[in-house]
Amino acid sequence: MTEHVVIVGGGTGGTVLANGLAERLGTELDDGDVRITLINDGPDHVYKPVWLYVPFGQREPEDGRRRLDELVDDDVDLRIDRVTDIDTGAQELQLRGGALSVSYDYLVLATGSTLAAERIPGLTEGGHDYYSEPGASDLREELLAFTEGELVLSVVGTPHMCPAAPLEFVFMADDWFRERGLREDIDITYTYPIQRVHGNPHIAEWAQPIMEERDIRVETFFNAEEIDPDAETITSMEGTELDYDLLVTIPPHAGVDVIEAAGLGDDGWVDVDKHTLEAEAAENVYALGDTADTGVPNAGSVAHYQAGVVGRRLASEIRGRPATATYDGKTLCFIETGMDAASFVEFDYENPPSPAPPSEKLHWSKLAYNESYWLTARGLL
Amino acid sequence: MTDIEPQKTVDARGATCPGPLMDLIGAIRSASSGDVIRLLSDNEQSLTDVPEWAEEADNELLAVEELDDHTEFYVEKA
Repeated sequence: MTEHVVIVGGGTGGTVLANGLAERLGTELDDGDVRITLINDGPDHVYKPVWLYVPFGQREPEDGRRRLDELVDDDVDLRIDRVTDIDTGAQELQLRGGALSVSYDYLVLATGSTLAAERIPGLTEGGHDYYSEPGASDLREELLAFTEGELVLSVVGTPHMCPAAPLEFVFMADDWFRERGLREDIDITYTYPIQRVHGNPHIAEWAQPIMEERDIRVETFFNAEEIDPDAETITSMEGTELDYDLLVTIPPHAGVDVIEAAGLGDDGWVDVDKHTLEAEAAENVYALGDTADTGVPNAGSVAHYQAGVVGRRLASEIRGRPATATYDGKTLCFIETGMDAASFVEFDYENPPSPAPPSEKLHWSKLAYNESYWLTARGLL
Repeated sequence: MTDIEPQKTVDARGATCPGPLMDLIGAIRSASSGDVIRLLSDNEQSLTDVPEWAEEADNELLAVEELDDHTEFYVEKA
C-alpha cells in the first residue's frame, strides 16, 4: 500500500519538509511505497524576510520570489490549488480547482500567516506595512518622500511574523534618516501592546536602552483600536492618542479559515503538542511554522527546524518505527540594529535569548544567509 | 469561589508570555462594555501582567482566583 503524505503550504516550512522527505524517503518513493504531494495556492515560493529591506531601497520584492517547481524535488507532486475543506475524520481534502477530493495518510499543515488589517477601523486606509509585497513597495515611496514629521511604528497585534522585525525597522529607519541628514526633523515613536518593547523579556531588556540612546520614543501598553486617516491619529484601547505623519504598522495576523472550520484550532492556528507538533484534535495531522500554535516566534528558522522534526517523525512512522524526534523550541534570529550592524539570538523552550553585541559582521552574516536561503528551501542547508 | 458569570472564557493555559495577556486583550477588544471575560492562565507572569494592563486600560479586575494549577482572572470591560 502506498502511504500518501500531503503538505499544505509551500512557504519555508512546507518546502523544506517536502524536499527533506524526498531525500529521506528516496528508496520508498522509488519503490512506490510512499507518495508526497505539496499543495500551494500560487506557483511561487515567497521568502518574506526580503521585505524588510524593500522600504530602504536595498532589495526588490521579486528578490524574495522563486517558482516552486524550480525549488521542489521532482519526486514531489506539486499541485497549485487551494484547499477549501479539511475532513480529518475521512482523511480527505477538498480543493477549489478539483472535483475529486484528495485522500491522505499523513497531513502536514504549513499554511502560514495572513494579514487581517480590516480588523482595525482605518488601518487599511491609514497604515503602511512591510509585511506584504505591495505594502513594502508602497512604503518605499512614502519613506523617500518623508523628510520631516512624526513616524509612528505600531505593533497592532501579536503573534505576528518575525517578532524582531518591528525593532529592526525602527533601528534601520533611525540610521537611514541620520545618514540622509534628516533625523533631526523626524520623530520616531514605537508602540507595543504589552508593558515592554518586545514579547520576550530578555530581548525587551536589551532593546529598550538602545531605543533610548537613539531617541526612539516608546509607547507601551498600546493596543491600536482605531485609526483616523483624515486626522492622522491612532488611538489605543488604553485611551492614548498619537498624531502621525507616516504610520507604519504590523497588521493583525490570522491563519487560514479552513483550519478553524476543521476544528483544529482558533483563528487559523493549529493546537499542537509543542514537542511532537502533532495536532491535538486529529490523528495523523501535523502543523509547523506559523500554523503550529507552540508559543515560539513565527519565524523562518522555526519553520525550518520544525520541518526537520516532522520529516524525521513521518519517516519513522512510514517505516513502522516509533517516532522519537521532538522539537525543543529552537529559534534563531538575526536582528538588524541599523543599516550596517546587527545582533543575533538563539534560544529554545528551556534557554532564554541573550542578544549578541551588534556588529557589522553579524549584519553581513544576516545578508549572506538571506542570499543562501534558497539552499535552505531546497533542503540543502 | 466567585459567583461572577463571565460572558466569555479564554483558556490560555499552556501559553507562554505574553500569550495569555494578548489573548485577554483580544477578547476584550471584541467584547461589549460591561462584559466580563474570564482568563485562565498558568503563566506566573500573568499575575503581574493582567492587573497592570487592566489598570492601564481602565478595565476592572473583578476577581483573581488562584487554583492548584492555574489562575483565573475576571476582567470587566469598561
